[in-house]
Amino acid sequence: MLTIGMGALLILIGYFLGLYFFDSATAGLVIAILVWAILSLVGYFQGDSLLLSMSRAKKIRRDDHPRLYNVVEEMKIASGLEKIPDIYIIDDPALNAFATGRDPNRASVAITSGLLQKLNRDELQGVIAHEISHIKNRDVLLMTMCSVLLGTIVILAWYGSRFLIFGSMTGSRRSSSSGGGGGGQIIILVVALVFMILAPIMAQLIYFAISRKREYLADASAALYTRYPEGLASALEKLGTSTGQLKSANKATAPMYIINPFRKKGMKASDLSSTHPPISERIRILRAMAGASFNDYDQAYRQAHRGEGVIPTASIAAETVPIATMKLEGEAGELNEIQRARETSDVMWRLSNYNTITCDCGAKLRVPPQFKEPQIKCPHCGRTHQI
Amino acid sequence: MPIAGYVIIGVVVVLLIAFLILYNGLVRLRNQVKNAWAQIDVQLKRRHDLIPNLVETVKGYMKFERETLEAVTKARNIAQQASSAGAGERAKAEGELSSALSRLLAVVERYPDLKANQNFLALQEELTSTENKISFSRQFYNDSVLRYNNQTQMVPSNIVASMTGFKAGEFFEVTLAAEREAPKVSFTQ
Repeated sequence: MLTIGMGALLILIGYFLGLYFFDSATAGLVIAILVWAILSLVGYFQGDSLLLSMSRAKKIRRDDHPRLYNVVEEMKIASGLEKIPDIYIIDDPALNAFATGRDPNRASVAITSGLLQKLNRDELQGVIAHEISHIKNRDVLLMTMCSVLLGTIVILAWYGSRFLIFGSMTGSRRSSSSGGGGGGQIIILVVALVFMILAPIMAQLIYFAISRKREYLADASAALYTRYPEGLASALEKLGTSTGQLKSANKATAPMYIINPFRKKGMKASDLSSTHPPISERIRILRAMAGASFNDYDQAYRQAHRGEGVIPTASIAAETVPIATMKLEGEAGELNEIQRARETSDVMWRLSNYNTITCDCGAKLRVPPQFKEPQIKCPHCGRTHQI
Repeated sequence: MPIAGYVIIGVVVVLLIAFLILYNGLVRLRNQVKNAWAQIDVQLKRRHDLIPNLVETVKGYMKFERETLEAVTKARNIAQQASSAGAGERAKAEGELSSALSRLLAVVERYPDLKANQNFLALQEELTSTENKISFSRQFYNDSVLRYNNQTQMVPSNIVASMTGFKAGEFFEVTLAAEREAPKVSFTQ
């Protein structure tokens, strides 16, 4: 629905531009759609690699971080994806994660090292489930197309309004060519001008609305996949306490992240100009769920909003899905935060080709890739190690 | 040809297309069920492969847990034998194995040396994850079976299903209480 609204905006812009500059609405439409198509193709084929390289994410294999890999694989199984997405770690203390990839078989998930060390297994599972849901629901493709649509509208409206103002000041060529229709001309001009100014704002609001809706849906799917809404809820709680902004994020990539990367402290609830619903509300809905199904999420959402639900009616099934009361991994072998921090920093060093040697005295030596000597001496206790 | 002729041809074509769509939908769901079953199979085999390794690593540390270890090995062998049986019997054997394993992992708490062993930690992560993967693949399998069974029983796809011989699938049920409730062994008397 909302996507169609955005498309309609684009078509209207094209229509007005064409009417004014080329004497034919069709030409304007063709131009608008062409610009959109070209940008879409770029976004479609380059979007994920652009996003990943812009955020300086490093791809990991199973051995680099078995726990993360396993959690992603678990969620791949739970969601019924056919192929496990590529996994990336972003070396950034900010807490965030995102998914990308135009189709479910060529997708990636990325998580910041800060978040990786902050979350326990259940919470990590919730976050990854949220990201996998974005992949499974094809949100990445949808949001790429929408943001390209938004971009096209903004560009066209910007140029359109400049030309209109410029044209009307210098006495436009149109007034002489179309003889007696002077009054109608001015009306069209004013309407077009107002529209050019309003269109980008409207498009922006629609875009945010779509993005927020998809976030709710991904939260609902995450609860369904893990059967454990509390995992994601408590992860979001941890995410909510941090206000560190992600260095590598930008406005175009914002909807892909699990929380808004530009969030400021104490952002207003039900903010119309945000790509993400307020975290406190997402947590409240997750905690209010009676079961783990879409239906339960929809009920909880209705309670919070006193009104219509957020899940498309077609995907609500009547079956009851119980919440897993106890998670197996909650007990033995759960790493604490310090252990997770060590584990994560080990991975980050290894990914930048540093060699890590653990000395018998307990010290860890990080050997840079430029170091060519066959032996190294522990600076702490003086033992020599072979490299 | 009279109008009625065209109408009849039109109705037949529409019915044929509807039949094909419903049939394809059923085939897709049945394949999904098969895939989901294969996924459970992979994970159960993985668990069977991990256990001898785990027992070997743990043995040196756990002098006083012979019985727990033997129970795990025995449950594993039974489960492995049951892997060619039907879903119901298999689920039972695997459920036994799960509870034997969680008993073992519960007593690990008593052996701090073992908990510091890198090899054991890696194994434990693998085992935990395999347990999760088993339950998630079972969850996906049961969801798929539910969807498939609904399609084979609901009008109008049930007509297509009975004409072309789609049978209802079997759920993979584990008595949840026995499996989920990892027995909490108390050592402080």
